[in-house]
Amino acid sequence: MKSLIFKLLNGLVLVLAVVVLNFVLIHAAPGDPVETIAGESGGMSEELRTQLRTQYGLDQPLPVQLGRYLGKVVQGDLGYSYYFNMPVSSLILERLAPTLLLVVVSVLLAFSVGTWLGVRASRNPNGWLSQFTTVFSIAGFSAPVFWTGMMLIILFASVWPVLPVGDMTDSASTATGWAALPDVLLHTILPATTLAFVYMAQYSRLSRASMVDVLGSDYVRTARAKGVSERNILYRHALRNAVLPVITVLGLQFGNVLAGAVLVETVFNWPGLGRLAFDSVLRRDYPTVLGILLFSSILVVVMNVLTDLVYRMVDPRIKTS
Amino acid sequence: MSAAITSTVKARVPSAPPAIQAENPWLEAARMFMRNKSAVVGLLVLLAVVIGSVLMPYIYPTDPFEIAAAPMTPPFIEPDVWLGTDYLGRDVLNMLLFGGRVTLLVGAVAALLSVTIGVTLGALAGFYEGHWFSSLLSRITEFFQVLPALLFAMVVTSLFSPTLVTVTIAIGIVSWTATARLTRAEFLRLRNIDYVRAERAIGAKNGRIIWQVILPNALPPLIVSATLAIGTAILFEAGLSFLGLSDPNQMSWGLMIGSSRAYVLTNWWAVTFPGLAIFILVLAISLIGDGLNDAFNPKLRER
Repeated sequence: MKSLIFKLLNGLVLVLAVVVLNFVLIHAAPGDPVETIAGESGGMSEELRTQLRTQYGLDQPLPVQLGRYLGKVVQGDLGYSYYFNMPVSSLILERLAPTLLLVVVSVLLAFSVGTWLGVRASRNPNGWLSQFTTVFSIAGFSAPVFWTGMMLIILFASVWPVLPVGDMTDSASTATGWAALPDVLLHTILPATTLAFVYMAQYSRLSRASMVDVLGSDYVRTARAKGVSERNILYRHALRNAVLPVITVLGLQFGNVLAGAVLVETVFNWPGLGRLAFDSVLRRDYPTVLGILLFSSILVVVMNVLTDLVYRMVDPRIKTS
Repeated sequence: MSAAITSTVKARVPSAPPAIQAENPWLEAARMFMRNKSAVVGLLVLLAVVIGSVLMPYIYPTDPFEIAAAPMTPPFIEPDVWLGTDYLGRDVLNMLLFGGRVTLLVGAVAALLSVTIGVTLGALAGFYEGHWFSSLLSRITEFFQVLPALLFAMVVTSLFSPTLVTVTIAIGIVSWTATARLTRAEFLRLRNIDYVRAERAIGAKNGRIIWQVILPNALPPLIVSATLAIGTAILFEAGLSFLGLSDPNQMSWGLMIGSSRAYVLTNWWAVTFPGLAIFILVLAISLIGDGLNDAFNPKLRER
């Protein structure tokens, strides 16, 4: 418990450091948001510029601006998006659901298929399924995720048009709420599959390697000797121990979902956080960018702590570290 | 003087029985590697891409941004533009040949940067474990793990003008944490091993122990990790230039895909070929990494 609290506090400091670094970097770079706004609205009087600078607090020295920003962040106020003219926190919450849907579906898909593949392959380390798993995992690592997505788009738009290849809903559809779910899920298939390829490659490889290790251990031999069924050995005795490295990677990746999400959401025009991050960087809408950076680093810390907890559940021997 | 002493010392030693010659572990690893078919294929592919990228501009000196034929000429029809043209009429084959240079260069230099940072910080953190300096280094590593890598690189390249140098540095400074952790673990494992204690006992300085005693023995896993780092950096660069956040005046495979994105259905070849090129190059590098891993860890080969 103590180490958990330490981890959370440590994580909090790290998140703070991420925000400070990016805040300083953004504000130290040439050009300020008022210039961007002026550029977008096609010219602006000097008076209005000064007024805007005062309004956004940009006339203050950097440490004061930073202090104000942090003070607001603590209260859950991430500032105002210059582009959308709405609070960054509501903007992030609005875009979170599509990203979560995409990521959860793809990670579940990758985890179940990847682990299953790894377990099956481990039973015969030199068999064809093992070879396939190795090739598949190297290929999954090597293919750029945005390119895989575009290849699927070509396949499902011109060769075999059975699935929607972009957006989250059909533009012709008027369904709202739960009625829209089937349509949304249909649109989730391709982006989630694209993202799942990357994860699946790692899960299958990791689970295969650690299953091969575990299957050679004494307690598995003992279980075999006392006549435990092969199925029970694989899924109850061995997998429980072999799944730890997979959980580590899973936790790490879930924290870093935005990286994959940026590319996949851009390819499939998916209205999530990744898309928002990319658009906001291009628009130089820095309050939004900072908000997403903050949110995303909090996610990493939380996922690390959760991974730790799951670890302990799977393997009660782990107490500290 | 010292030479004289050694020679006298040598002279006094009675002729020793011929020692059993241990085989050089590097040679052994090289032999193992060359026996691995897929790794050798990977090496050949990588060599072909490197030689092609370095020599091509001399053999085929044209501007990859130049308009060569009618826009969207399909591939395998016109011998002049054998892989077709993109939506502006630029020669896809020519762009591919030039793009490989940028992709390789940024990938290799960024990987070198990331490995240098990772090995240095990881080595110091592992060697000085227990010291406050080591915890500081660990915090720095944790910081870069929490920092969202792609997003941060996007911010950096958009804040400062997106040149190849900015992009390379951005990739290098966000992607070293895995190497640092691996190096630290290796140093923790090796720092109290007998030959390191022996060096300490004869009064070797810490600098010598770290870089000349422990590091060479920690190299095999680090070489594998460095190889894979090149692949990761190439994918990272491709992602950034696909998003349009790299140098727009330098042709690269990611840029080709990004700029033809809107025409993916009508102009599929302008997207498919550069992606295939990235895929094959990274695949080759991964196969080399795998081969090196097997070569350095013969025990794992049964896996």
